Amino acid sequence: MKSHASLAEQFNRDENRVDWHNETLWFVREKRDRQSHQVSDWEKLREVASKIKLNVLSNLDIYLMEFEKNALTNGIKVHWAKDAEEHNKIVLSILQDHQVKFMVKSKSMLTEECHLNDYLEKNGVEVTDTDLGERIVQLAKETPSHIVLPCIHKKKEEIGEIFHQYLNTPKGLSDPQMLTEIARQDLRKKFLQSQAALTGINFAVAETGEFVVCTNEGNADMGAHLAKVHIACMGLEKIIPKREHLGVFLRLLARSGTGQPITTYSSHFRKPRAGQEMHIVIVDNGRSEQLSKEKFRNSLKCIRCGACFNTCPVYRRSGGHSYHTAVAGPIGSILNPIRNIAAYKDLPFASTLCGSCTHVCPVQIDLHQQLYELRQEIIASGMGEPVKSFSMKILARSLSHVKKYEKLRRTMKFGYRYAPFLLKNNANPWYKHREMPEMPKESFKEWYQKNIGDGK
Amino acid sequence: MKVGLFIPCYIDLLYPQVGIAAYTLLKKLDVNVVYPMGQTCCGQPMANSGYGHLTCETNKNFIQQFKDFEAIVAPSGSCVLHIKEHLKGENGREEDKAVHIQENIYELTEFLTDVLKIDDLKASFPHKVGFHQSCHGQRGLHLSGMSELTAAYFSKPEQLLQQVEGIELIQLDKQDECCGFGGTFCITEEAVSSKMGKDRLTDHIKNGAEYITACDMSCLMHLEGIANREKRGVKIIHIAEILNAENLNR
Ligand code: SF4
Repeated sequence: MKSHASLAEQFNRDENRVDWHNETLWFVREKRDRQSHQVSDWEKLREVASKIKLNVLSNLDIYLMEFEKNALTNGIKVHWAKDAEEHNKIVLSILQDHQVKFMVKSKSMLTEECHLNDYLEKNGVEVTDTDLGERIVQLAKETPSHIVLPCIHKKKEEIGEIFHQYLNTPKGLSDPQMLTEIARQDLRKKFLQSQAALTGINFAVAETGEFVVCTNEGNADMGAHLAKVHIACMGLEKIIPKREHLGVFLRLLARSGTGQPITTYSSHFRKPRAGQEMHIVIVDNGRSEQLSKEKFRNSLKCIRCGACFNTCPVYRRSGGHSYHTAVAGPIGSILNPIRNIAAYKDLPFASTLCGSCTHVCPVQIDLHQQLYELRQEIIASGMGEPVKSFSMKILARSLSHVKKYEKLRRTMKFGYRYAPFLLKNNANPWYKHREMPEMPKESFKEWYQKNIGDGK
Repeated sequence: MKVGLFIPCYIDLLYPQVGIAAYTLLKKLDVNVVYPMGQTCCGQPMANSGYGHLTCETNKNFIQQFKDFEAIVAPSGSCVLHIKEHLKGENGREEDKAVHIQENIYELTEFLTDVLKIDDLKASFPHKVGFHQSCHGQRGLHLSGMSELTAAYFSKPEQLLQQVEGIELIQLDKQDECCGFGGTFCITEEAVSSKMGKDRLTDHIKNGAEYITACDMSCLMHLEGIANREKRGVKIIHIAEILNAENLNR
């Protein structure tokens, strides 16, 4: 598999696209800034949210049991899945029980994590993503590049082209309003034809056994209200203790993610309507193991708002697909390697550790610190690249004592004088887009020794 | 107060003028400052690349060199932050000395504002200057407020720059975006790193900077490399050099 660095390098071959991607996301980040300034005590709100989530993580079992009990009382069927495979099987078996051939889906990054679409298609169920962005990437046979703005990597002209290809629209259409209307008409058919609807869950309230789904397009409601079967899937960390806590999270979520005061729809689902069946699948898929890892536990507080993506200067310039995973960006660079360190060992290094993500995060996850820690774990478990490990060892040795350090300086000076071609060479990644710094006649140490050292 | 001057390895080797400016400036301000000759590096290049376990020797050396000072000052935010967060005594020994260092190490501008409380710097630099906020200093050491938070903005380095005669600090479109250096990131993610640096330069140049300055020479080294390659005509200077620039009018 290609690494983030090489995929990002590919993305950067088209500089105009990088600029456009960067500016589009920065626009969202600025909207978020304006919104956060309009809430007095924004920082306090973040702190409260973080504490509620920490409480949840410390008492996860209790809240999950409470939630299950209340959900069952409400007439919802509750399922537990230990991993992606089990999750997919459970969903399929519910669909098979009802002989479902068409299903609509909305707002679920979890099903992306579990690769549910592929699995269902293979088993004869046609799945239609109904969030506009996700529908577009689905048509283009791609994956979302952002958890909240799944097709942020596509320009409107490209979307017109996709619609032309799959929805028989005239060529060259790029007016967003027209494109949206066309998608709406097409989706309407899918809604009417579907026998089941699957949604994600933003917040599951332990106290009431209800769950909340936040959308801007109302498509989760449309799906759930039309279909006979509503399946809602959640990672087990999505629980919050009480309904009153929603006030904290709903204020933070949309503001952080898209810069809206609140999502257009915050739909509460509490019990199936007459004649409908409602299922909840609670998925572990590595989460409880993550919970056991002290250093990384607190990244389970994530509410998937996407703010860390929008602010991340690396994400903005490398595009979501360079992270080769469902959840990209800074938080993805933590969650993925925690679950599968070998497959995602490149991601914690796809950061400058600038810390912007940490301070933008509405639940105060110390993202950049965790990236630092993950780097240590990856190298400690022997997964560093041999060349890098070798040069790091040499470097560490050269810096360990002043005599060795002086030798390093002399070697550098020698290299600069007699072998500049080794440095000024395209095999040197620094030199590709940057000049080398000049080597001065004397180091600071030499200057000090000469001018101050003896006569101080 | 006896102050130890820490000059990070890459400044010592490649940018001695920054060390000289920092030393001279502190001397001018009557600080009893000494440069311990046995120092090398803080260990950050290894640690940030995941090789924290290789820093035992540099840690040991650092503690040995700086343990007896009441304060340690360095013209580099990221090295100071690294020491603050990651300096360790070996096998539980020298732990107290490491803690003493961590509690008393300062980035240069932070030392000038918080310890010396300088409010009348005698310096002059009649140019248009763009100040690049290096992330580790800004977000790590809290040298300045940050755009992610809703709290009121402040900046220790800018507070000092404003005391420099004739200087004109320019406004940037993105007040505090990372320049893309990131230690070994600049090598392993060369493409993104260069692009970030290029964008950072553009912001400064577009807003009229003749000089770009920062508290971290590493960010500046990266920006300088790109500026020189692309012949952007903007000059790079460390903040210590500006703060030490002589006031000819007084
Ligand atoms: S880590 Fe924080 S900022 Fe990033 S998606 Fe999760 S909650 Fe949002």
